Amino acid sequence: MVTSQNGTKPEHTLTALVEDKPGVLNRITSMFRRRGYNIASLAVGPSEIPDLSRMTFVVEGDTRTTEQVSKNLNKLIDVIKVVDVDDNNSVWRELALVRVKWNTQPLSEIKAIVDIFGAKIVDTTADSLIIEVTGKSNKVNDLVDNLTGFGLQVQEVMRTGVVAMSRGSNEGDSQRRVRAEKPAVKWESGSV
Amino acid sequence: MRRNGGQIVCEALLREGVDVIFGLPGGAILPLYQILPEFPELRHILVRHEQGAAHAADGYARVTGRPGVAWATSGPGATNLVTGIATAQMDSVPMVVVTGQVGRAAIGSDAFQETDITGITLPITKHNYLVMHASEIAGVIKEAFHIASTGRPGPVLVDIPKDVFTEEVDVEWPEEIDLPGYKPNLQGHSGMIRRAANLINEAERPVILAGHGVILSQAFDELRELAEKAQIPVVPTLLGLSGFPDDHVLCVGMPGMHGMAYASLAIEEADLLIALGMRFDDRITGDTSSFATRSKKIHVDVDPSEIGKNIPVDVPIVGDVKRVLVDLNKRVQPSTRIDWLNRIEELKRDHPSMLVRETDKLIPQYVIKEISEATNGEAIVVTGVGQHQMWAAQHYSYNEPRSLVSSGGAGSMGYEVPGAMGAQVGRPDKVVWSVAGDGGFQMTMCEIATMVENHIPVKIAILNNGFLGMVRQWQEIFYNRSYVATGYSHNPDFVKLAEAFGAFGARVTDNSQVRSTIMDAMAFDGPAIVDFVVEQEENVYPMIPAGMSVREMIEEPRPQEART
Repeated sequence: MVTSQNGTKPEHTLTALVEDKPGVLNRITSMFRRRGYNIASLAVGPSEIPDLSRMTFVVEGDTRTTEQVSKNLNKLIDVIKVVDVDDNNSVWRELALVRVKWNTQPLSEIKAIVDIFGAKIVDTTADSLIIEVTGKSNKVNDLVDNLTGFGLQVQEVMRTGVVAMSRGSNEGDSQRRVRAEKPAVKWESGSV
Repeated sequence: MRRNGGQIVCEALLREGVDVIFGLPGGAILPLYQILPEFPELRHILVRHEQGAAHAADGYARVTGRPGVAWATSGPGATNLVTGIATAQMDSVPMVVVTGQVGRAAIGSDAFQETDITGITLPITKHNYLVMHASEIAGVIKEAFHIASTGRPGPVLVDIPKDVFTEEVDVEWPEEIDLPGYKPNLQGHSGMIRRAANLINEAERPVILAGHGVILSQAFDELRELAEKAQIPVVPTLLGLSGFPDDHVLCVGMPGMHGMAYASLAIEEADLLIALGMRFDDRITGDTSSFATRSKKIHVDVDPSEIGKNIPVDVPIVGDVKRVLVDLNKRVQPSTRIDWLNRIEELKRDHPSMLVRETDKLIPQYVIKEISEATNGEAIVVTGVGQHQMWAAQHYSYNEPRSLVSSGGAGSMGYEVPGAMGAQVGRPDKVVWSVAGDGGFQMTMCEIATMVENHIPVKIAILNNGFLGMVRQWQEIFYNRSYVATGYSHNPDFVKLAEAFGAFGARVTDNSQVRSTIMDAMAFDGPAIVDFVVEQEENVYPMIPAGMSVREMIEEPRPQEART
């Protein structure tokens, strides 16, 4: 469990391997809405397996709530596998584009701040900059705070939502495994 | 072989063993209906309202254990099914619904009778499909039946556009089902079963809570073996009734809001609850924080999301109740538990919830008792929702599996008439009594025409108190008898109504007529309606008010209510 950006609500990160079919996102978000669960962040993209997508959810709630979320996700026919991403042994990344209004400050000083965060200035116009940053969510927050603190007006922040992955090798979800084998299901994992 | 979509639907249903469909046609599903004469093995029962089709399919499924099938057209046809689908979902009833949809090109254009029924039913189905090619139908129908009838059963809806019914393809019948995201875990975890057995062997005051899952998994013999071997009293939930014989010495009776006081007290005093295929519904637990606080809990359910949802559990077992019990029974030691069973007898003696009071007035409890005795407890009883449902649960003696059919979770009034119709179609060999309220009866009574037309000889007992009785009871107890919008001052003449439909009709106003009229109704070769004009302000007791605990139970009428 991690604590959210404002430091009050506990959050959990779950990833799900799902069928890439029309309406799948609707089924999932409908379940969250119906059962009153809150999604703090959601990222979706194709997985390494054809016709399957991976989703990363950051879910607000204590361990008991997240366990129910995980079980209810698993209950959906189009959801193949749900993983509760371990806090201590995983990599989290989020990408953000930050547009700041720029007039008088020297570009070199802005660049110095941007460099500290390993971010990049990816576009400039006469009166604005777009900065690209990748990292854990709090890094994105910190960059935005720093830019604001420096006197820059942040006009727009566009975030992808968190993607997460456990460290170390695993057996993976090869096409063959997912399609042919029944995963060993234990009650502890909460899978159907 | 070249086949059109409609032919594939019908053939797929036959391959799944379907013999009857409840439905009502319309524009979008018409191509499917026009194919039907090619498949005389599929009996179609034309209902008067689609809600009736859905409830009938549900009733059929509950008494046979096989998925019920309902058909409806797009738009209002499909939306009229919604209450019936939600009813099946809440009570885990296997059902496959086929709806017609507007043609593919028109989808999304707000065409005539277009409704997004897959969107609407998304949260009230186990799964649903919009089929966009005739080549997919065979696989989808096979999956639909598999999903509906395995794991935790439930309704599956298949929406098919009009032009997919007429599309011709070379049909391939899939041998296997490939659903990587759907692998219900049926075999319980052996370590957990061992822990459960240890808890049972160590327990002094165990109670089995037997839910619908016992019936759905057909664990009747296994439950009996566990109860008898370890001498554990059995408390069936509303939907668990008939899963364990009411006349068995270890059967304690239904617990909860309107359950037997002694059953609720047994749960309260227990040191171990063995919950089998039930979900700790709020009508059973009341206030969860004060529910059965002295006991450890073993929870067996095929749906992992039910475990730990409402009540913290000590030993969770995800699996099919029958299979888990087979394993568990091997590890449970024989026991006598004489002290505990004596204590249960004491509770029964001190809290006689089942007494029907002596009175000259016609009271609904007496009517149920008479039906129970007249049928020797061998009928199938189908109820609506409300007071009559609770009286039917309390005072009928359910000794055969699947003999009580009732909307427990959704609480759908109007279930009683079409639900009974479906039950009778599923079990033509049985006497089916629909125990109805005058309120719920009037919601779906149009299906009596369907019963007369198709010679479906359901016997309907209307417990007519001229009120939406359960709501009135709440108004009496919690709103100081302020009866807002619960009285029916001008109900139709139900006897004339029965006759207008072509059914048997009779009215009973006096105790002396009860048994003879029940016998007359059963002797009639066809649907029969008996209007029992009962005491208007009779209440259901015991009662644990919503959200409260067994300590706040009202066991008997208060003195000011004693009207006789």
